[in-house]
Amino acid sequence: MENIADEVLKGNRLALAKAITAIENERENATEIMQQLYPHTGNAYVLGITGPPGAGKSTLTDKLAKEFRSRGKTVGIIAIDPTSPFSGGAILGDRIRMNDLAMDEGVFIRSMGTRGSLGGLSHKTADAVKVMDAFGVDVIFVETVGVGQSEVDIVKAADTTMVVLIPGMGDDIQAIKAGILEIGDIFTINKADHDGADKLQTELNMMLDLDGVMKDWRPPILKAVANQNIGITEVVDTFHKHREHIEANGQLTVRRTERAKNEMLDLLDAKIGQYVRHKLVDSGKIDKFVEDIKARKTDPYTVVNGVMESMLK
Amino acid sequence: MDKIRVLVAKPGLDGHDRGAKVVARALRDAGFEVIYTGLRQTPEQIAQAAADEDVNVVAMSILSGAHPHLFPKVVNLVREKGMKDTLIIGGGVIPEGDIPALKQAGIAEVFTPGTPTTAIVDFIKANVK
Repeated sequence: MENIADEVLKGNRLALAKAITAIENERENATEIMQQLYPHTGNAYVLGITGPPGAGKSTLTDKLAKEFRSRGKTVGIIAIDPTSPFSGGAILGDRIRMNDLAMDEGVFIRSMGTRGSLGGLSHKTADAVKVMDAFGVDVIFVETVGVGQSEVDIVKAADTTMVVLIPGMGDDIQAIKAGILEIGDIFTINKADHDGADKLQTELNMMLDLDGVMKDWRPPILKAVANQNIGITEVVDTFHKHREHIEANGQLTVRRTERAKNEMLDLLDAKIGQYVRHKLVDSGKIDKFVEDIKARKTDPYTVVNGVMESMLK
Repeated sequence: MDKIRVLVAKPGLDGHDRGAKVVARALRDAGFEVIYTGLRQTPEQIAQAAADEDVNVVAMSILSGAHPHLFPKVVNLVREKGMKDTLIIGGGVIPEGDIPALKQAGIAEVFTPGTPTTAIVDFIKANVK
């Protein structure tokens, strides 16, 4: 392929796949691809789907994607599963729930391993979103790994975040803890035909009532049975409502500005880190520092201050 | 080095996925990213998933006897998508006599019952492009 970015912009599906591979593996041409695609991003709407393992995120995403397709939208899906910290391998199994979507030309699904990232996404998820955006899909779903309580990176990557919960996961004190329950723009109780769905809905409502400050968007708590296609149109309608709401009150612009800022800072941190490490290790200075620190002649805090001063002069 | 990505798929109608799951797990433990797509895949679905996921390897398992028809079909569809270098391998209950024709059709290697999973890992490492 001559120029991957050009081909992505022309709508070449294989180029889209190859571009994501280049980015995930941090190949030499990755930065160039992103530079070329960036001006063409910002048009897709990004929906985050998060929740505990087994909540039905993939099944729900499959059904929601079909609903968006029936409303004439093209869809990209990024499905993330955990990478083993021991072997570096992963089983990416979200496609199992999305098999008939794979044959729809208006849908592009890509599975990604977390590859060491701990926030529920992978480090390259945001870039993969941009590549799909530049390719021209209307809506991008980002499905996180099954999360526990504190993997909340999705909120930085998505325009609207939906937290998927299921009945029977714990008492109401779970619902007032900090973490993923703070990030939902929308809550969906999946498997709502199981016992305890009403109780969970009540508990979530009580949690939201404790928010004190009146917000102009109170996260709706929806019910669905994804594998029976129940409640799906309501969820999609609610996505639209939330999008209209944050477009009207300027919140979408705030979120996207914040995202641009964070992305730039993250990139800068990474580059500076690489540069400093490179300088320290290649010059062999690090060994002397480590020796002195070990002998308690100096301490890591003083050394770091010294290194920063000499490098950033 | 790029991470090796493998699509593990079950084409055809047999519902026996234990073997595919054992292989998927072994490949995971070898440090590969395994995209597992589950049972009853059509060759078209497998080829599309292979292209979109940009995998290095497609590994298929069949226990129904449909391999002479389905394996070559997947090879052709994957190549048609422009995936020229993708390594395509197969396994399952496959008579020795069928293997030469499958290789002729572009299946790089066929793994029959009793194969240690390490043989599959080693084959992928040695032949992946």
